[in-house]
Amino acid sequence: MAAERESSLLADIRPADFEVLEDGKNVFASPVSTLESSPSEPASLPAEDLSTNSNGPKPAEVMTDDDREDLFAEATEEVSLDSPERDPVLSPEPTPAITPVTPTTLVAPRMELKIVTAPVIFDRSREEIEEEANGDLSDIEINVSDPEKVGDGMNAYMAYRVTTKTSLSMFHKNEFSVKRRFSDFLGLHSKLATKYMHIGYIVPPAPEKSIVGMTKVKVGKEDSSSAEFVEKRRAALERYLQRTVKHPTLLQDPDLRQFLESSELPRAVNTQALSGAGILRMVNKAADAVNKMTIKMNESDAWFEEKQQQFENLDQQLKKLHASVEALVCHRKELSANTAAFAKSAAMLGNSEDHTALSRALSQLAEVEEKIDQLHQEQAFADFYVFSELLGDYIRLIAAVKGVLDHRMKCWQKWQDAQVTLQKKREAEAKLQLANRTDKLQQAKDDIKEWETKVQQGEKDFEQISKTIREEVQRFERERVKDFKTVIIKYLESLVQTQQQLIKYWEAFLPEAKSIA
Amino acid sequence: MMQEGSDDGPDFLSEEDRGLRAINVDLQTDAALQVDISDALSERDKVKFTVHTKSSLPNFKQNEFSVVRQHEEFIWLHDSFVENEDYAGYIIPPAPPRPDFDASREKLQKLGEGEGSMTKEEFTKMKQELEAEYLAIFKKTVAMHEVFLCRVAAHPILRKDLNFHVFLEYNQDLSVRGKNKKEKLEDFFKNMVKSADGVIVSGVKDVDDFFEHERTFLVEYHNRVKDASAKSDKMTRSHKKARVSADEDLKLSDLLKYYLRESQAAKDLLYRRSRSLVDYENANKALDKARAKNKDVLQAETTQQICCQKFEKISESAKQELIDFKTRRVAAFRKNLVELAELELKHAKGNLQLLQSCLAVLNGDT
Repeated sequence: MAAERESSLLADIRPADFEVLEDGKNVFASPVSTLESSPSEPASLPAEDLSTNSNGPKPAEVMTDDDREDLFAEATEEVSLDSPERDPVLSPEPTPAITPVTPTTLVAPRMELKIVTAPVIFDRSREEIEEEANGDLSDIEINVSDPEKVGDGMNAYMAYRVTTKTSLSMFHKNEFSVKRRFSDFLGLHSKLATKYMHIGYIVPPAPEKSIVGMTKVKVGKEDSSSAEFVEKRRAALERYLQRTVKHPTLLQDPDLRQFLESSELPRAVNTQALSGAGILRMVNKAADAVNKMTIKMNESDAWFEEKQQQFENLDQQLKKLHASVEALVCHRKELSANTAAFAKSAAMLGNSEDHTALSRALSQLAEVEEKIDQLHQEQAFADFYVFSELLGDYIRLIAAVKGVLDHRMKCWQKWQDAQVTLQKKREAEAKLQLANRTDKLQQAKDDIKEWETKVQQGEKDFEQISKTIREEVQRFERERVKDFKTVIIKYLESLVQTQQQLIKYWEAFLPEAKSIA
Repeated sequence: MMQEGSDDGPDFLSEEDRGLRAINVDLQTDAALQVDISDALSERDKVKFTVHTKSSLPNFKQNEFSVVRQHEEFIWLHDSFVENEDYAGYIIPPAPPRPDFDASREKLQKLGEGEGSMTKEEFTKMKQELEAEYLAIFKKTVAMHEVFLCRVAAHPILRKDLNFHVFLEYNQDLSVRGKNKKEKLEDFFKNMVKSADGVIVSGVKDVDDFFEHERTFLVEYHNRVKDASAKSDKMTRSHKKARVSADEDLKLSDLLKYYLRESQAAKDLLYRRSRSLVDYENANKALDKARAKNKDVLQAETTQQICCQKFEKISESAKQELIDFKTRRVAAFRKNLVELAELELKHAKGNLQLLQSCLAVLNGDT
């Protein structure tokens, strides 16, 4: 089955495929390797414009990014169905940062969104092709379901069922499922991060731990808040796995395969916060932070500088937005409670009103308000799960991107250090030459050889990681746009539903009110 | 023209803004006497209302004239009605609440202080919102004062009141200072006595079924309106926080608040009647005693006569007043509930359209 696919890929060689294949170049079987004969020939591939010439990032990306961010951002401005101000074919600007948004207005009757119609001027076929190719490769579907409490007391934990449906040949079956617990997921992430992040791959971060949440569940509190917590976690784990398998390189990783397939998994104890490994992690994090402050990298590549800045901005804006959405959820819940209280009060008033028609109308009003309260609750649910969690995910993802950029910096530093050492060795050798110390000369020469290799390797590594990061970032951007668009559409659809329901309720009430005589 | 920083235009007191007047739909505004508030000025700590009168009654020197009044003068007028024995048998239109811009002013001030810490966009937007809020409060207070005057003008007896005419016509300051501490304390005691008395008096079963029923109804109704009003306010505040448009909620809240005050006024009427009934019955007993002892009979007879007349006068007008109250109430609720539903629909449909066009664009752009 896989052979078929690969040959079909061979048959339809289109420029876009190069991009995809290169990602997986380490893993694909030999038939494909001949295609890689020119992996570093970006110029010949119109799809790959990774060099930082003035044409910059593909217009396609810029367009969709801007689209997404415009739609996202101007939630406080008037509705306008104008075309966007700029023509995407011209030299693209850097993706604009998101202006601060109060998403609370999104849910309100006083909602205003700036709508930008996107002229489809750019080369869409290329994007379509990429999507197709991506789709083919990621023919794998993951579901996380059936959370089940295992054990009792403080040693209890939740086991989740991970179901995989796939037609990829690297797996033994087409459909299989295993039971995993939260620390297993963390263990998987830890392994993948160790293996791939330092060479520039953006490894999706695992969901966060929550001591409070988990303790409640362990202690067996059977209330809605712990049910909510479990559901939140389940959904987060599902998204995490889905993102991970979408990554063509990570998909090939044996650890991932083992996680998905094997019925028994060695316990990942190193993920516990208070373990030796946990403490080591914390120390390393602190050291890293200090290092970051001291490394002053000469960024020769404008693309990276730009991207760094972009991600900083994006990070800030997403955090603000996330905070706003969480406040919104809170307020909506409060509104729901107050509406319920009012409904009861209105019912009482209706009861004591001695004019029959008015009394009936007031009772109806009470009912309407009660239904509206229900609606508010559901909407709060939607706000949260659809929107807020996505924002949280992306904030963590951006942290991963920043991590990868940091690795690149470290790599550069290593290279620089090697150069410095090489220089020193050369000086040392020269000194020995002058002093005519032939005994130590050979050693010095050997040293120089050794460090020359190291410098070469350092340079190569640096170039490699830079290249990988470029591809990764572009992939990330594409995915991000897709994700946000899907979520926004879903969210808007839920808002539409709410409004339609509201209309139904009030339309039913109106004749009642009119019939008061 | 409205001042104090907000440049609201000429349509400030347009017809739709007199929302609160709509609460009393039954007001028969006839040519004999028409009163309205044509203008208002908000100063540092007081509001000046321009009361405009059009009348064909001979009592006034001119057919059309205006004076400037402040809140305290409205209160004075209201209190003069309440204290007037002749009006014991009528529902005295509730006094307008004091204009309260403190909260709004505070917010505007805080905004000014925090100007440096937010973007220009944010600042302008917040400023606009706060100004709109201020404007809304302002309009509401004007409307409340106007409703009070219109109710008085529409009432067949109260409209003839001399104090009312002075209020309308006398173009100097009425020199009605707000009550000083001593007077406020007196009022406080008076109210306590009144409510205590009310409890005693309400224990007396009424001879008339109509009034008995009304009393029971009103007491319960008043309490429930109070509760509903409070909950409605809370809901409106929540709506505001979640930044949902609140004008439809305000309708509901305003309606309930107004009827809270009106039902209190109706209760007061009932109390006065009960009080007079008790007095009447006491006078009867005193008369019987006097006749038995054959001492001060004439005096007792006179007292009894007076009490009887008072009671009957009150009862007569009270019945009509209470019936009118009910009619007014039903009509007002009907109108407001209909408007509430229509507004909600309008908003929901507007949102729906907005959302759907958003979605169309998003979906079209694949």
